[in-house]
Amino acid sequence: MLNSDLLHDQLSALAQNHGLSRWDMGASCSTDLSVQVDRGKAHQLKGAQRSAVTVRVWNSDGRVGITSCSDLSADGLAQALSGAAEASAFGDLQDPPDLSPRSTESLEPLKREPQATRPIQEMVQTLISAEQRLLDCHPSIGTVPYNGLSQRRGERVYLNSLGARRHEERSSASLYLYARAEEAGRKPRSAGAVRLGHGTDELDVQGCIDEAAELTISHLDYAPIDTGTYTCVFSPEAFLDLMGAFSNLFNARSVLDGLSLSKRESLGESVAVPFFSLWDDARHPANLGASAFDGEGTPTARLPLIEGGVLRQFLHSEGTARQFGVASTGHAGMGAKVSVSPDWFEIGATPGAGCGDASLNRFQADGVVWIDSLSALHAGVKASQGAFSLPFDGWLVKGGERRSIEAATVAGDIRQVLKSLLAFEGEAQVTPDGLCPHVWVEGLAITGEA
Amino acid sequence: MSFLDSFWQQRLELLLSTGRAAGADLVEVFLERGDRLGVMAEQERVTSVSPAFVSGAGVRVFRGKDHGYRDGFVSTNDLSEAGLLQALDQALGMLGLERNGAAAAADFQGLPELKDYGTSKQSWLDQSPGVSVIAERLLEGTARLEQHAQHLQARRGSYSRDWQEVMVAASDGTFARDLRLHQTLGLSVLAADGEHRASVARRFGSTDHPDDLLVWDADSTARDIAASTGTMLYADYVDAGTYPVVLANKFGGVIFHEACGHLLETTQLERGTSPFAGRIGEPIAHEAVTAIDEGLSNRHFGSIAMDDEGLEPQRTTLIENGVLKAFLSDRAGEWRTGQPRTGSGRRQSYAFSAASRMRNTFIAAGPHSPAELIGSIDNGLYCKVMGGGSVGPTGQFNFSVEEGYLIENGELGKPVKGATLIGDAETVMPRISMCANDLDLAAGFCGSVSGSVYVTVGQPHVKVDSITVGGR
Repeated sequence: MLNSDLLHDQLSALAQNHGLSRWDMGASCSTDLSVQVDRGKAHQLKGAQRSAVTVRVWNSDGRVGITSCSDLSADGLAQALSGAAEASAFGDLQDPPDLSPRSTESLEPLKREPQATRPIQEMVQTLISAEQRLLDCHPSIGTVPYNGLSQRRGERVYLNSLGARRHEERSSASLYLYARAEEAGRKPRSAGAVRLGHGTDELDVQGCIDEAAELTISHLDYAPIDTGTYTCVFSPEAFLDLMGAFSNLFNARSVLDGLSLSKRESLGESVAVPFFSLWDDARHPANLGASAFDGEGTPTARLPLIEGGVLRQFLHSEGTARQFGVASTGHAGMGAKVSVSPDWFEIGATPGAGCGDASLNRFQADGVVWIDSLSALHAGVKASQGAFSLPFDGWLVKGGERRSIEAATVAGDIRQVLKSLLAFEGEAQVTPDGLCPHVWVEGLAITGEA
Repeated sequence: MSFLDSFWQQRLELLLSTGRAAGADLVEVFLERGDRLGVMAEQERVTSVSPAFVSGAGVRVFRGKDHGYRDGFVSTNDLSEAGLLQALDQALGMLGLERNGAAAAADFQGLPELKDYGTSKQSWLDQSPGVSVIAERLLEGTARLEQHAQHLQARRGSYSRDWQEVMVAASDGTFARDLRLHQTLGLSVLAADGEHRASVARRFGSTDHPDDLLVWDADSTARDIAASTGTMLYADYVDAGTYPVVLANKFGGVIFHEACGHLLETTQLERGTSPFAGRIGEPIAHEAVTAIDEGLSNRHFGSIAMDDEGLEPQRTTLIENGVLKAFLSDRAGEWRTGQPRTGSGRRQSYAFSAASRMRNTFIAAGPHSPAELIGSIDNGLYCKVMGGGSVGPTGQFNFSVEEGYLIENGELGKPVKGATLIGDAETVMPRISMCANDLDLAAGFCGSVSGSVYVTVGQPHVKVDSITVGGR
């Protein structure tokens, strides 16, 4: 257990000894268990006890130094503070971070209780059973080469010399099943599914099996696709992946650094079709990684980024907010140069603006590419250019019938994509990265494998 | 100053003996202390200096053939005796075993004399450049970028140092220690002119030589980036299609790494996801292809004095004239697949159990000149600079092309961007039909089951007769 009061007192005393009056620290500890199985037997079982602390200090010149350490003992804290004090000699004077004035605001705690963890042997049995049930779904499914059941329980604190004492606990569990199927004379195919929960008991195991089986079987009958320009419909996961890869659109740090597709003056500009809206919501009940405060202790909140197709806000840390003359939005990491990142996207229709072309239905479409999942975003996305060229798994829908695409890439420009949205289809679905319906996009370049 | 010294022998012997007495067939403990530093410069300022200290242990317990080759692994930041015993208890519990009081294993005779590969490396951390020197070099780099490149919107230089002290002890008598030093230094730019944008980066990687940073040529790197930026800023997107391609040397080797290398790791054999399982002695590639993975070469990023299971590395010929010769194997891979260990058991840190991983992996030089390869193509693509890639569970691979040129009538044509190459190993390996005589290697990072490890990829210029090029 992290003792906020003890850590605060220890660091206060250490800072005083170094003649430092301004400091902050983030610390975390966690325990993890994970299991993998292979054809009915436990394959690899893993556990971890982790701890980490990061200390920042401001020296008498106002320069900031930072050091991280994996040792949460008094010795570790002393090492971290001493390292930060040394590093502060090299701090940037032009654009130094400061303590967040919002770090001492009252905080509305998240309504969730960490859930109990399950014994590892019980986890193994759950996963073995899930693997077998997935293998039983279709004779072509020969193995489930990638599978895992894991659970984590952890806590984190944020403390600073202004008196901030933030603390929260969380628990999470995940299940993934990735099946490999092969039919005589044809290439092997694979697909999978993931389920998340606050604890193992919350995991929808049968739903995960059903989805993995359905997807895998749907890819058994495949064909190449002709290279060309297609109307595409993205699954919620795929569209959220794409938006996440281009989140520098909303990132004030990237704007200031000249690495964003947006500029300071982009706020108020139309960047998408009018029915498109996007929020960032770290506190959403479905967000398993929900946190009540960011790396600078600033409270998190639901934030509209695009409303009615218009860019409304950027994501901020204390430092970027100061430069923009606004309040921090609670999206900071902790660093010598503070990073800014999104939490959890909610994509949906602008109230009163409809959902685009309501007649579009992917189950009755013709000549449409249904993109289920995108791959290799780390390599195929050029975030600062707006361009992407990505392999994907999906289907070509003809006459309402879908057939798996053998291998293909989808390419385009995110700015063009947001202007070429045709419709949202169906209800928004909860995914690990956010909430989103199926999204129709016109005119994307598809390359098929000949 | 050494942290992992002889003081640890008694504590490690207690853990190994206790684990064996509890019924484990093999117990392994991996200890690590790390000292890391990151520095970033933007434009004319140093904007981030980030030191980090880590220490931890990974305890792995195996049960052998009679128990299905199972293993349990627990990592911890608590290096006290109580903390390590708690980790051992948890690992034993995963396999249905429990500590048998203070009993010692009758057949565990203690650890032999330490094999210390770190003796001559004690001063490496102290010899590494300090923040002032690093900052000076980075700012020199960003200044050179300003001097040589145009339309720059952002200039960055970044440095990272990863100093690692590791000790491995196992109940089979393994007892070894090493010190490692990896440094990287990179420059990157974002250029913009109206609607045209280009981002170009180069990274230099060094292993084991503390003063390599001092010999890095900032001006040459900046000129290289400036040239690429000038070319790619106005480049058109590549037309999608299926073409013959020539992949440049150095980082072009990512094609072999992604398309084939991963599928030759026993980790993939264990999962049943390699199409090359059971095919040693069979042709799996064009006869022009000989491929090697080794961990021995001086200065290369993937070189190691010992792997993370305490075994010395080897030079492993994977493919010879198109015929599959060997797989890369770690301890668990040897147990589960029968493939002999190759000194390839690697992990990012104590937080991961070791797995079979590549080290310095390359396609051997061939007889042709690069011009002969390009000259053999009427209509194709020349991939001068490659980006990252990945491989899926059925062997489909992909990687991006950062800087490409059309090949028209045997000559290089206009620059193109936005290309992604896709395919599967079984199809593409027989299509690597020509290898040039200009083998060269490049430093990189590889992420997989045991985390991110330092690797080298490499090749001479190679020609692939036909591959799908994703574009617009």
